[in-house]
Amino acid sequence: MARELALRDALNEAMSEEMRRDETVFLMGEEVAEYNGAYKVSKGMLDEFGPRRVIDTPIAELGFTGIGVGAAMNGLRPIIEFMTWNFAVLAFDQIVNNAAKTLSQSGGQFKCPIVFRGPSGAAGQLAQQHSQTFESWMGNVPGLKVISCIDPADAKGLLKSAIRDDDPICVMESELLYGYKGEVPEGEYLVPIGVARVRKEGTDVTIVSYNKMVLTALEAAEELAKEGISAEVIDLRTIRPLDYGTVVNSVKKTNRLVVVDEAWPFAGVSAEVAYEIQKYAFDYLDAPVTRVNSADTSLGYAPTFVEEYLPNPAKVIKAVKEVMYIKG
Amino acid sequence: MDTAVENKKKATRKKTNKPKYNKETYLNWYELMLRIRRFEERALMAYGQQKIRGFCHVYIGQEAVSAGIESALKPGDAIVTAYRQHGIALGRGVSAKAAMAELYGKKTGIVKGKGGSMHFFFAENKYFGGNGIVGAQIPIGTGIGFAEKYKGTDNLCVTMFGDGAARQGALHESFNMAMSWKLPVLYICENNGYAMGTSVGRTTNVADIYKLGLGYDMPSEQVDGMSPESVHEAVAKAAKHIRAGKGPYFLEIQTYRYKGHSVSDPAKYRTKEEVESYKEKDPIKVTEKGIIANKIATSQEINKIKEKVKAEIEEAVTFAENSDFPDPSGLYEDNYMQKDYPFIKD
Repeated sequence: MARELALRDALNEAMSEEMRRDETVFLMGEEVAEYNGAYKVSKGMLDEFGPRRVIDTPIAELGFTGIGVGAAMNGLRPIIEFMTWNFAVLAFDQIVNNAAKTLSQSGGQFKCPIVFRGPSGAAGQLAQQHSQTFESWMGNVPGLKVISCIDPADAKGLLKSAIRDDDPICVMESELLYGYKGEVPEGEYLVPIGVARVRKEGTDVTIVSYNKMVLTALEAAEELAKEGISAEVIDLRTIRPLDYGTVVNSVKKTNRLVVVDEAWPFAGVSAEVAYEIQKYAFDYLDAPVTRVNSADTSLGYAPTFVEEYLPNPAKVIKAVKEVMYIKG
Repeated sequence: MDTAVENKKKATRKKTNKPKYNKETYLNWYELMLRIRRFEERALMAYGQQKIRGFCHVYIGQEAVSAGIESALKPGDAIVTAYRQHGIALGRGVSAKAAMAELYGKKTGIVKGKGGSMHFFFAENKYFGGNGIVGAQIPIGTGIGFAEKYKGTDNLCVTMFGDGAARQGALHESFNMAMSWKLPVLYICENNGYAMGTSVGRTTNVADIYKLGLGYDMPSEQVDGMSPESVHEAVAKAAKHIRAGKGPYFLEIQTYRYKGHSVSDPAKYRTKEEVESYKEKDPIKVTEKGIIANKIATSQEINKIKEKVKAEIEEAVTFAENSDFPDPSGLYEDNYMQKDYPFIKD
């Protein structure tokens, strides 16, 4: 049996279920307890678990992230919520220099089972500092795993897997899509980390994406279908480790690839996927790999800037037609 | 006034003469301090021979801090510190062999050749490491204490940092949360007067570092770090307060490093006289003198310790020299707990 759940409620279920099953799991962050979460992801959790396990922090990202890392090294399983990944930049020292490296620099003596989670990506007219994506940044760091997924069912199963995982994991959500609804199965289930999912099967072109751009890709695929073009849409779901196999297999079938990535173009997920495809599916490609990214600029406030900056279905359709050598 | 000179005055002032502790305590302090000193001297020699590479920050001059902390703690307590950490690690029970082998980058090292001089760890005795990012261990130690409280133990976490790290924002964020949540954390600033080449007074209007705790209503004191007795007393008092559930405590322990910041630092930013003035208060010499003068032990017993430590350090060097470097494939180990993590290898 499945029911419709919003992304925020699916994430809430994931955390609550894991906290019921494991006493060492706790949630810490700004406004997570009494305010019920800046985006209501932790609604009701203070009531159920109490202030010992659902903890409001002062506005001190570096400090509370480091406290999480220390607690993880000393036997607990913290979930650290960032109101947005943009604020997590203040805590990158703890994520990159400590969480990611503790196991290595201690020669395997100290693991760091911790989840850092919060929304990533543009969310309307929020201007430069509140509109960035962080999958590529965090995905660059050995020692970390990175999940970025907005499908409620998948996001729930992935977050549960992340909380049980013994490695430090960054989970990227979406401010705009916390209310996005999907079918979520009843009962206990996990979704494995590091496995992509084909959201729509197709034969003419592969569109690879993740997070909210998956919806943009699906919308474009629907439009393309009206013109007789069959697009396969792959949701990466995990950025590190990236499931290259699913992408390569798809490209072997469609012979064309468009990557739709909300990140900036330079040295990002889109570049990484393109590299792997030229390496492992070179002989299958009928056209150069093409990508649709956000503009290589900071995002300004005005609506015209937002429109110009972000990938959208029209831009994706244009890119698909380009790799299919269709004019107009 | 120059901070280092000021430290010296305070160190002189608190000198104690009458023995307050038993023979075993004095001899343990003496032996540990001597082990650290001889270890560091031998490490410097090996560095000169290019057998030890990378950064190397030695603890010579600061030995009394490690000795006084260890004697005042109980099993179950944790320590985390920064990168000048060989002495702290030896105090935590890391063997001279495993420590020296680590400096040599050998697979028999305490972290299998993965950490080098800045990163010893010893889970068995809750040593959470030497951290190479100035001040990063302050929130981590706060989190280690958080976990102890969460688990309902009466253990505490000694969270150590230098005078340089005291100026990081991480300190203030940690102090605030530790006080607010009454966490069992003993913050210890080892104030050796210099953040690399910059004296304390040159970077602040508040040279008395213990005062940084007062802004958070944290009990905060200055301690003479050239004497294991004063360090022990201060740590014992603070630990009692913390174990009573009253929250964190802050000690500014005033100490001095005889050598430069790291092996490559000739320390031209301070005078020879300043260094010599501290050597007169050398914790090992003063402790030895006190042991003999107060008839705590005989010079034969002292000589026996000296020989034991000398042999131990020589054995450590031989062990390090004769050990193998780790296999290169070990690079892929201990990055992830997941055993089949798919590394990108092309």
